[in-house]
Amino acid sequence: MKRCVLLALAVLSACGSVPAPASPDKLGGDLSVFAAASLTEAFKAVGGGFKAAHPSSNPTFNFAGTPTLLTQLQQGAGADVFASADQPNMQKAVDSNLVAGKPRVFATNKLEIVVAPGNPKHISGLADLARADVLYITEAPDVPAGKYAAQVLAGAGVKPSPRSLEADVKGVVSKVGLGEADAGIVYVTDVRAARGRVSGVVIPDAQNVIASYPIAELRGARNPAAARAFIDYLLAHGQQTLQGFGFTHS
Amino acid sequence: MSLAAEVGLQLGRLRLDVSLAASDAEVVALLGPNGAGKTTFLRALAGLLPIGAGRVELDGVTFEDPLRRVFVPTERRPIGFVFQDYLLFPHLSVLDNVAFGLRSRGTGRQAADGRARDWLERLDLAAYATARPDSLSGGQRQRVALARALATDPRLLLLDEPLAALDASTRAEVRRDLKRHLASFEGIRLLVTHDPLEAIALADRLVVLEQGAVTQSGTPAEVTARPRSQYVADLVGVNLFRGVAAGGLLSLTGGGLLAMADPTTGDVFAVVHPRAVALHRQRPEGSPRNVWPGRADGVELVGDRARVRVTGGISLVAEVTPAAVGELGLAAGGEVWVSVKATEVAVYPA
Amino acid sequence: MTQPRQERVPAALGILAGLGAAFFILPLAGLLARAPWGDALTALTAPETLDALRLSLVASLTATAISLLLGVPLAWVYARVEFPGRNLLRALTTLPMVLPPVVGGIALLLAFGRRGLLGMFLERAFGITLPFTTAGVVMAETFVSMPFLVLTVEAGLRSLDRRYEEAARTLGAGRWTVLGRVTLPLIAPSLFAGAVLSWARALGEFGATITFAGNFPGRTQTMPLAVYLLLESRPEASFILSLVLLAVSLAVLVGLRDRWLGSA
Repeated sequence: MKRCVLLALAVLSACGSVPAPASPDKLGGDLSVFAAASLTEAFKAVGGGFKAAHPSSNPTFNFAGTPTLLTQLQQGAGADVFASADQPNMQKAVDSNLVAGKPRVFATNKLEIVVAPGNPKHISGLADLARADVLYITEAPDVPAGKYAAQVLAGAGVKPSPRSLEADVKGVVSKVGLGEADAGIVYVTDVRAARGRVSGVVIPDAQNVIASYPIAELRGARNPAAARAFIDYLLAHGQQTLQGFGFTHS
Repeated sequence: MSLAAEVGLQLGRLRLDVSLAASDAEVVALLGPNGAGKTTFLRALAGLLPIGAGRVELDGVTFEDPLRRVFVPTERRPIGFVFQDYLLFPHLSVLDNVAFGLRSRGTGRQAADGRARDWLERLDLAAYATARPDSLSGGQRQRVALARALATDPRLLLLDEPLAALDASTRAEVRRDLKRHLASFEGIRLLVTHDPLEAIALADRLVVLEQGAVTQSGTPAEVTARPRSQYVADLVGVNLFRGVAAGGLLSLTGGGLLAMADPTTGDVFAVVHPRAVALHRQRPEGSPRNVWPGRADGVELVGDRARVRVTGGISLVAEVTPAAVGELGLAAGGEVWVSVKATEVAVYPA
Repeated sequence: MTQPRQERVPAALGILAGLGAAFFILPLAGLLARAPWGDALTALTAPETLDALRLSLVASLTATAISLLLGVPLAWVYARVEFPGRNLLRALTTLPMVLPPVVGGIALLLAFGRRGLLGMFLERAFGITLPFTTAGVVMAETFVSMPFLVLTVEAGLRSLDRRYEEAARTLGAGRWTVLGRVTLPLIAPSLFAGAVLSWARALGEFGATITFAGNFPGRTQTMPLAVYLLLESRPEASFILSLVLLAVSLAVLVGLRDRWLGSA
């Protein structure tokens, strides 16, 4: 029995180290991009454009909350590119020696108040979030959006009591969209992506924060050429696409 | 006390149509082959199975009458039921099993336990009060089941194959005890069995049930002396014929004629004991008036006798000595002559 | 040796079985290896952790109690009553076992949320809102865990020899006495197994809870939610909490097998 287990373990570890077949076209082959959840729609569109420019390439995306992505990378997940929703998490990636080269900011985002379509509760600004008749929810403080929201509220001197600290912005948007909550603070891009299901209330620039999205090639990249090409494409041709989704250029 | 039951119901392929009256003066045994509807009848009396037609009445109180839409549910009928495999509650102690009926009927815990203990005492089970049923022997379980059924002082006691779950070695002893307890019970006692010995030993009156209908009833002596169905004839071990008697001759339903000494006429049953059947190598000379050729089909040893099945104009079973089997060379079968004295043909009206 | 002869394991079978076992054991080994044992006590006694643990226990036990109250009668109906559409109804009520829990959470919102079918009425008539409340957590946990109890108890009822109930009735026991003193005690092993299984499922509930009840420490943040959110900020602490959940579940499964499911 002992022998069998050892054998099984040997087979397992052998499977784990099978090398990826080398590709003749350096830009071709699989390209794995780990990107923050708020980039989901935008990066899918950018990926389409990249594939049109480099037909032999095959970009695949893993969208999740930035800290989740960071944990996955720290645990050895194989990826070529990491796009973070904030600088601190990118810095953690750099400190963990995961990044090759210097991270570059490719987009910025701002916060907006998300409300039910048509804004039935007549929310006009941050101060209204503390109203007793407004059911306010936000993101957990460890999520970048939640951290930014806390900064914005602190800056405006507003102290609403959230009913829930959602695990990501999608949770906030969907609960406001379903009418379970009256308002939340999310990215401008999230409101735009959910157009029709929710409405947005602009937060004046004076009260707002600018969220920078840095991107970097990863040290363990299996396809470094394609990783660099993707980043270059994003910084040049991808900008218009990003703006279409509500991001602003850095 | 009296029970009057007319039970008509259909259960799957079984059509049950039984009329039965019983009093507390006698123990009645419902005897019949498997599948005859004996258990079904008991369940109907208990209200576990609704009847389609008829009436069930105990001491003038109607339990069930479909026409008048009367139905007293099982739990409100004053009955005791001993099931074939006893169905003692495995999660309760012996004492709690016996006290269950009293507790269910509203007796307080202490009073119920006290009376349950009395019953355990009466049935020599006092030492097992705290035991679980599955730690008891078969005979002890049977007594617990009896105590449980009797503890509520039922007026009608129903026992379904009370000895069938026991092995042969303990059956005789348990049967003796059961007979004693049945005798001391002051209510109507109705038991069901497929074992004629059990029925004869325990009951004052037998009711034979076959294929959902009563074929015969009477004291054990009456029933065994005058079988009215092949089933009973087989149980008793005699040859049974049916036919029309006239002028000392019996014309059998299955064909053939038997001479008889009895003056009875009309539609009759006739019984010939196998010991009264003689077998010969050659056609016998002399007095027997019933002589015919046949063929020995099989020999079976029963104790110190051999039962020979003979087919022919009239097929029957003969009982001879094993020595005769050798002399006649019957072991391998073969032609024989059969003779039966006219005085050995017992006839009674059908 | 009085032991029965040990069956010889064919090599191919042994390898596959070993792979199968390793697939489950390795992740657990990973958790054990990476858990920062030095910080274990700090992580476990942090007020956040204790809040989540307390809430998890209260909510999962309440969910189990509700499952027993509603699930046993439901199992009884499935086992004993013939009616058209019974199989469909059984399938519908056991759907949460195979449904992604998040979908279950959305369905709960659509039924009991502020705009939900019943929730709208609840809010207007009584001012009751369920999302973002501990009651909402209990509902989400009950929703995903009750089917385990219903199926287990139904199986127990079906395998019960009903003649015991008939015996009780001949002894004068009415419907409720039969249920309380015969039926339920006789299916006690199924009841217990069903309750423990559904409790374990409720304890580990994540998707339906976060979707329906949101996440707020002390109110709706149960252990699994705390584990998930800690993974983003303090992964080491989340490993410790994961191990706590794991130990509880393991103890339940091992105990259940030995006591009630019969070990071979």
